[in-house]
Amino acid sequence: MSTHITSIYDEELKYLTRRISEMGGLAEQMVADSVRALVNSDLALAQKVISDDTILDDAERQIGEKAIVTIAKRQPMAADLREIMGSIRIAADLERVGDLGKNTAKRVIAVAGSGIPRKLARGLEHLAELALVQLKEVLDVYASRSPEKANSIRERDEEIDAIYTSLFRELLTYMMEDPRNITPCTHLLFCAKNIERIGDHATNIAETIYYMATGAQPQGERPKDDMTSTLGSVTD
Amino acid sequence: MSEAAVEKALDQKMNTVPLKMIGKDVSVYYGEKRALFDVNLNIRENTVTALIGPSGCGKSTFLRTLNRMNDTIENCRVTGRITLDEDDIYDPSIDVVELRARVGMVFQKPNPFPKSIYENVSYGPRIHGLARSKADFDEVVETSLQKAGLWNEVKDRLQEPGTGLSGGQQQRLCIARAVAVSPEVILMDEPCSALDPIATAKVEELIHELRANFTIVIVTHSMQQAARVSQRTAMFHLGNLVEENDTDKMFTNPDDQRTQDYIMGRFG
Repeated sequence: MSTHITSIYDEELKYLTRRISEMGGLAEQMVADSVRALVNSDLALAQKVISDDTILDDAERQIGEKAIVTIAKRQPMAADLREIMGSIRIAADLERVGDLGKNTAKRVIAVAGSGIPRKLARGLEHLAELALVQLKEVLDVYASRSPEKANSIRERDEEIDAIYTSLFRELLTYMMEDPRNITPCTHLLFCAKNIERIGDHATNIAETIYYMATGAQPQGERPKDDMTSTLGSVTD
Repeated sequence: MSEAAVEKALDQKMNTVPLKMIGKDVSVYYGEKRALFDVNLNIRENTVTALIGPSGCGKSTFLRTLNRMNDTIENCRVTGRITLDEDDIYDPSIDVVELRARVGMVFQKPNPFPKSIYENVSYGPRIHGLARSKADFDEVVETSLQKAGLWNEVKDRLQEPGTGLSGGQQQRLCIARAVAVSPEVILMDEPCSALDPIATAKVEELIHELRANFTIVIVTHSMQQAARVSQRTAMFHLGNLVEENDTDKMFTNPDDQRTQDYIMGRFG
């Protein structure tokens, strides 16, 4: 896009873009580390994830402040206004992603030593891989601002939901087999939920990018394959 | 009703607003130089229409065609057709003085007559024969000043000169003067560019209120002002009408790249 007549305005917008990308990189790292810490019972790594979260929180605050000052100073219009509002939303989503990683990291202590069955760990890792791919791709789309790619990411959240649902079933099975599994499995259930939520945030970000690029909201319902809200009910 | 359906209904409602003025293939020449190129722009009734665009784009030229202010400029020639209700305002049978009573104008720089506040407002009704008795004049002066939001500030000094008021008050006096002859359309050519932010806010508030009774067309260099006061916005560039749209759409997601560049302050 062409540059502003006032070049410092461009600098202000670039600052937001750069900080969002940085937040995205850190959030990705935190999620990957949290799952690795969980699977390997790595307490030191979990501790690192927990302390990294404050960096992400600070970044979100700084982006929000910069966005407000830019709005006040420049009275942005059209694509510029959407860009700035989009930055605020995306920063909030990424901050939440960091929180979810942190929450998973906190559960490492509770789960450590209870010996997670290999199959479950594998399932969690797979779920995390998918969520991380979503996150990575959505950050690439943020850099390219392609509405078509944003839309295709939005449609792929279904896969994560399906795996989450199957993990949920497995965890229920373990708990029914042996009540001693209930504590670790409940923690793992929360971890799985955390990872699944990351996919939702990636989808949110994709929708925000679509809006930033086109000025229109993406059409149609977001595809859903998360059946866990009715699993285990009498009718199931 | 779904969101899309609501939006569609609103659009339809907007589109059924009657047209007060219709400009068809309007071109303006200053001697050899062509300033407007086949502009097709309709002015909706009881709507504020903002004309925006860079300096020299033709927005003020178009505004002036709407009450034939261009007639006063030598060498200026207007082609195409402009109607007010059903009347072709360039028809030779049209009385220009009467036309300008129906289509009033407020200028960039407040220009009160060097007379009392009272006379500034009563002058129009007097020459158009709209009032006869003292009581008639008193009433038209009071209601006009009230409509212009100036009554409470000047009611105790109506005999003082209009030029003694502050810039913002002078501009509202000019609006009262325009309103006094009960026009149907009010044209405003950058009415706030000489005013401070408080006086600007008062004039904008006034524009908002006047909309109920008048059709307003405003030329402004302030995009924020256009966004605040108007329901429709027309963007001019190099003598062409580039885009006309609902104001809300225009400033969040315009259709034309030139509009986009202009309102965002980018190089085109």
